[in-house]
Amino acid sequence: MSRLTAPSGPGRVEPRWVRAVRGASRPRGGSRATNPAPRRPGGWTPWLYVAPALLVLGGLLVYPVYQLGLISFMEYTQAQVSGGEPTRFRGLANYTELFADDQFRQVLLATVGFAAACVLCTLAVGCALAVLLTRVRAVPRLALLLAALGAWATPTITGSTVWLFLFDPDFGPVDRLLGIGDFSWTYGRYSAFLLVLLEVVWCSFPFVMVTVYAGIRAVPAEILEAAALDGASSWRIWRSVLAPALRPILVIVTVQSVIWDFKVFTQIYVMTGGGGIAGQNLVLNVYAYQKAFASSQYGLGSAIGVVTLLILLAITLGYLRLLRRQGEEL
Amino acid sequence: MKLSVRLAGLTALATALVAACAPQTSGTSASDKDDKTGTVRVWLFQEVDNQPKRRVVDAVIAGFEKAHRGTDVTVEYIPVETRAQRVKAAFNDPESAPDVIEYGNTDTAGYVRDGGLADVTREFDAWSEAEDTDPTARQSVTVDGKVYGAPFFVGVRALYYRTDVLRELGLRAPRSQAELISTARRIRAAKPGLYGLAVGGAYTYGAMPFIWAHGGDLAREQGGAYTSAIDSPAARKGIEAYTSLFGDDNCPAAKCAGMGGNDTVTAFASGKAAMAIGGDFSHAAVEAGKVKGKYAVVPLPGVEPGSIAPAFAGGNNIGVLKSTSHRTLAVDLMERLASKETQGELFDAMGFLPTFTDVRRRAAAEKPYVKPFVQTLAAGTRFVPASPAWAQIDSSLVLPTMFQEIVSGKKDVAAASADAAEKMDDAFGAAR
Repeated sequence: MSRLTAPSGPGRVEPRWVRAVRGASRPRGGSRATNPAPRRPGGWTPWLYVAPALLVLGGLLVYPVYQLGLISFMEYTQAQVSGGEPTRFRGLANYTELFADDQFRQVLLATVGFAAACVLCTLAVGCALAVLLTRVRAVPRLALLLAALGAWATPTITGSTVWLFLFDPDFGPVDRLLGIGDFSWTYGRYSAFLLVLLEVVWCSFPFVMVTVYAGIRAVPAEILEAAALDGASSWRIWRSVLAPALRPILVIVTVQSVIWDFKVFTQIYVMTGGGGIAGQNLVLNVYAYQKAFASSQYGLGSAIGVVTLLILLAITLGYLRLLRRQGEEL
Repeated sequence: MKLSVRLAGLTALATALVAACAPQTSGTSASDKDDKTGTVRVWLFQEVDNQPKRRVVDAVIAGFEKAHRGTDVTVEYIPVETRAQRVKAAFNDPESAPDVIEYGNTDTAGYVRDGGLADVTREFDAWSEAEDTDPTARQSVTVDGKVYGAPFFVGVRALYYRTDVLRELGLRAPRSQAELISTARRIRAAKPGLYGLAVGGAYTYGAMPFIWAHGGDLAREQGGAYTSAIDSPAARKGIEAYTSLFGDDNCPAAKCAGMGGNDTVTAFASGKAAMAIGGDFSHAAVEAGKVKGKYAVVPLPGVEPGSIAPAFAGGNNIGVLKSTSHRTLAVDLMERLASKETQGELFDAMGFLPTFTDVRRRAAAEKPYVKPFVQTLAAGTRFVPASPAWAQIDSSLVLPTMFQEIVSGKKDVAAASADAAEKMDDAFGAAR
């Protein structure tokens, strides 16, 4: 162990391999810069080619987001939808109401914390198992892959219900195995969040694992072999060889996980009965659903949606910028 | 130059989008058509065992179609849980909306505010059977003095208890709230595997009688405007009494805080609770459970020994949609579905308590199990505030949140009820 952490150990040499790996892809990227000329005469032609994609994107993305934004400035409840009362422009009133609401701030905080924990756990479990996949023989690898795919393929509602049953205080096997009597996991705030976190990690690690596993397979075997010959431990190889080589993949997987875990709905809704005891396990999406659809305050619900959208955009853009500032290509 | 053309194009496009895409509002203005033939569409709720209800309804419809030549009635049974979405959709799209619907009486004010229900005051007053409708049922179809439907059946809750357990412990059926609480605790102490009285943090309608029995109220009306009264001293006493039932000495908060009404009835029916607050409509479920033949029902006791706690007057109504193009036919079908005869048959088939006092008296004489519920009704029932805000208060879980905050020890009664009152007042204020 001490050999590896010594400054003269392989750690010093690794950056060069890493550069070599990245260097290999560079010529291709560079070649694009050397022939910019053919673009000009095209004029409208490129637009024609992307038009179908743009139209679909515009229809499926821009229009709903536009509607969401518009409704968030309106007084828009069931009475307005069904024509009982006229729709009224409220300006920023929905937003001021939202930010004056203690519960909203609390939910926002809980969502950020919960999503962060979920992302960290998912990435840790997914990456660890991906490395494990490359280390084991065919049969256990197949078993692990099948188990992960099973978790991946399970519908969220089914998965949540099964987890809830496993942890049921009266009938669940987990309490019996742990010997903690009839402990109710959904009663305490943190135990309920922990339970949901376990389910979220369980159903989202396969994506991380499979993607990272594919990435590791693409890393030239001689580099890994060289590191192993130099006596690098698994952790060292991961940190100094694999992780830098897999950077683009990890970026995508992280951004995906952030977005998924921030928007978690089904698990909370099913496992904590719509937000837990006295709403202690509410996250933004469930809260927005409660406002918009349970109590028909579509305007307020849309405002929550817009806030969620902005936060996710900010996190994603901030993360990408951070990476770029570190001099990394995406 | 090219750029500016493109920009102009984009701007024009954007402007067109803005103009075209304001959020939708459907016109549920009253239809001016009143066709005397054609298809009349009806939505009724799907019951746990729907066959008997369907048979009664089919007979009513056969009679209706015979009386009105050239009409065709289609009935759809919709699940209660998804009624909110379905009814909202019906209000939003009159084209595919039914003409006649069954709806829960707590939804009346909200549906009226949404502009969905037709005012049938004139027809209701002219209806020969209407005078025997009991006053609480009439109140449940009335908003601002106008009638928006006909009461279909009432539902009230009473105290179910295990006769074998109480006899074994030498206890009698409780006659006051204090005795109810002490009985519950003595059962739990003697039989730790049972809940004394199954209560639920999300069981609003089981908790309300405690508030009313102590002289409290949910809200007070003044000149058509409501203000919350949930934080008044009397209401707090009721909340205190109800929440004192959560704990290891009766119903552990860890399990009971999240329970709703159905969960408590299920606990009782499966033999896990010695007492529960259940409705006349729970009778079939309890009969189908393990405790069949080992239980009895009495009215939920009030504060004074021998008194009855005011119960919540639940139930469903039949209404006509404002958008109907067969108004006369729809009103006639509504009256036939909610008639004395149909209600009597539905009671025999489903156990739904009739809304007519005379039909109800006859029903109680026939089936003794109804007696405690009829007694409860006779002792006076209460209703939730007839404000459109109630739907919002109900669906944003204001009261369950309050009870859960108290039983989980997050807030004391005073703080939790003050918060709930604030949320209720916000909703009342917004709804005016």
